Amino acid sequence: MDVHGPLSDEGVVRLLTHTGERVEHPAYSRYADELDDATLRLMWREMVIVRAFDREATSLQRQGELGLWVPSLGQEAAQVGSGHALHPGDWVFPSYREHAVAYLRGVDLANLLRIFRGLEHGAWVPDEHNFHLYTLVIGSHTLHATGYAMAMDRDGLVASGDPSRDAGVVCYFGDGATSQGDTNEALIFASVNNAPVVFFCQNNQWAISEPATRQSKVPFAQRADGVGMPNVRVDGNDVIGSYAVTREAMDRARSGGGPSFIEAFTYRMGAHTTSDDPTRYRSKAEEESWAERDPIARLETYLERRGALSADYRAETTEIARTLAADVRVRTKAAGKPPTHEMFDHVFAEPHATVDADRAWFERYERSFLESEGRH
Amino acid sequence: METMTLAGAINAGLRKAMERDPKVLLMGQDIGSLGGVFRVTDGLLKDFGGDRVMDTPLAESGIIGTAIGMSMRGYRPVCEIQFDGFIFPAFNQITTQLAKMHYRSQGKITLPVVIRVPFAGGIGAVEHHSESPEALFAHTAGLRIVTPATPQDGFLMIQQAISTADPVLFLEPKARYWDKGEVDVEAPFVAEGASAAMSRARIARHGDDVTIVAYGPTVRVALQAAQVCESEGVSAEVIDLRAISPLDTAAVVRSVKKTGRCIVVHEAPTPFGVGAEIAARVSEEAFYVLEAPVARVGAFHTPYPASKLEHDYLPSVDRVLDAVDRVMVH
Ligand SMILES: Cc1ncc(C[n+]2csc(CCOP(=O)(O)OP(=O)(O)O)c2C)c(N)n1
Repeated sequence: MDVHGPLSDEGVVRLLTHTGERVEHPAYSRYADELDDATLRLMWREMVIVRAFDREATSLQRQGELGLWVPSLGQEAAQVGSGHALHPGDWVFPSYREHAVAYLRGVDLANLLRIFRGLEHGAWVPDEHNFHLYTLVIGSHTLHATGYAMAMDRDGLVASGDPSRDAGVVCYFGDGATSQGDTNEALIFASVNNAPVVFFCQNNQWAISEPATRQSKVPFAQRADGVGMPNVRVDGNDVIGSYAVTREAMDRARSGGGPSFIEAFTYRMGAHTTSDDPTRYRSKAEEESWAERDPIARLETYLERRGALSADYRAETTEIARTLAADVRVRTKAAGKPPTHEMFDHVFAEPHATVDADRAWFERYERSFLESEGRH
Repeated sequence: METMTLAGAINAGLRKAMERDPKVLLMGQDIGSLGGVFRVTDGLLKDFGGDRVMDTPLAESGIIGTAIGMSMRGYRPVCEIQFDGFIFPAFNQITTQLAKMHYRSQGKITLPVVIRVPFAGGIGAVEHHSESPEALFAHTAGLRIVTPATPQDGFLMIQQAISTADPVLFLEPKARYWDKGEVDVEAPFVAEGASAAMSRARIARHGDDVTIVAYGPTVRVALQAAQVCESEGVSAEVIDLRAISPLDTAAVVRSVKKTGRCIVVHEAPTPFGVGAEIAARVSEEAFYVLEAPVARVGAFHTPYPASKLEHDYLPSVDRVLDAVDRVMVH
């Protein structure tokens, strides 16, 4: 039993227990009170939709339509809760598992699968969603988020006097990423520059096969103590708590209070990716005990008890999720190989002789086949 | 025209770029009140303030990583890495992030970041302060790599690098920082085509019998060798590449087609180096005019030695002349 380490429950903020009881917290209840039944219902719906999408993507991978899939299963509350605390002007720097945040930022989920089908590396326009591309090199984007936040501050978007204009950055990463030098450098740069950035660590307890205890002896939030950064642990399977702590931290960032660190204690209910085999390193019993703490189920219980989840709303949600999954399936299967010349596009923003020569050579090479077949 | 050192000329070029564009920022270690360990940013803190001349935490990856984030919002960070041997903590950010962002975003994100690095040896420094890592970066698509050999080029090329939309690794031959030359400081700066201009090789000396290709610190070595050649009746043409990525192959091939002989001189180790790339391109494009195999004069496949040995390690005028002898027997 991990008493004080990264797998403990120490200091965890929780506003909705795993049995669906709404409980109070002296510092955070006030943010929870902002969420009326309609909003909570919507959060539930979003979690259900993203889970359906996630399932669909897993099955597309199983059927050979995707090269790889990275499930978000089990982390929906941490993502939807925190995502709801963002304003349109805020910026998100995700890692690669933040499909629910992508959905909230309006990213077309079918398009997102183009990355995993091997059609492109970045499948949306970051500026259209204030949602940066996924970053696969663990921890690298924490610095980009920090630099971006420093630039927002320079651009007068922090404590501008008009709160509707103020903006900040949230950066998502995993427990494994906290061991990277870049993540630690990001905390330092953010701290000394008072950058408006929230570091949102989803401690899903596993970095592929390594338990969080391989990364840390203490809860991850405490890493921020070393750089003098406000930090908090939250139950990442509690959508209300995840909203509340992010709401507070983003407010602090936007109003000039500087960076914060949030550790959302959650669980990766699925495999690391579709290439992974968790039976080699964790027990069924562990998986089952966390299945009981499913983030969607607890919100559902809460809403049902309040009579806030009608049969119609449920049916409608099921229908939306089904339609989205079907659309994702059809569009994914229809997405064919991009034209070969795209390989040479955008290596540089300005002409570069070496790439131009490679492209010209390849075009000649391809043409030579047509010519030899007399098809020119 | 003004007489300036290379360090002074780069300083003047930085100043011009900062005056022209308020989005240009300097980031690095000790670049503020100290003016950089080589004083290349001397006086800029005083004139542009701490928001534009930022002393950063002592973390190279952090410098490049945050510069990437800032340039995503339209800033043009010019980062100083204090010495060549300390760029490696940032290697990941430079190669997997900075170099690839334009590509992976399909042109939606441009990162006009310049990384200034005092590089190469010859100053009697301790370990890690004399290295020539250009080939490690030249292998990476998405990075431009340039190096000025004269004060005039230092002044102009730093401005061209800053106005380029792509990331640029700007290698400053530290042993040449105090070399003086004439600089046309009043010539109007032309942003249009700047990136192409800084990548155009320069004929540093005209000749007919042998082409000596050099860049950065070895341009002076090549010129000195060419002078000796002349007294021995051999006419050497010296090409200053200026850019390693993209390489101005056409300029080299044009010269070799005239001379029929090619020698490449760099401080970096010879194996898998820029010289190997040039030898390959010359053999592909000028094979039938070659009178002799392309010769490479560079450092050995050893770590940079202790400084008392560096003059045996680095390509000297004598080693270039030895190569000239070898190619002239054919
Ligand atoms: C720098 C780097 N090293 C290794 C990997 C391979 N890798 C991909 S995901 C992963 C585990 C990441 O764990 P964590 O940060 O906890 O995030 P999670 O995947 O659990 O969301 C590893 C080792 C990588 N992508 N980048």
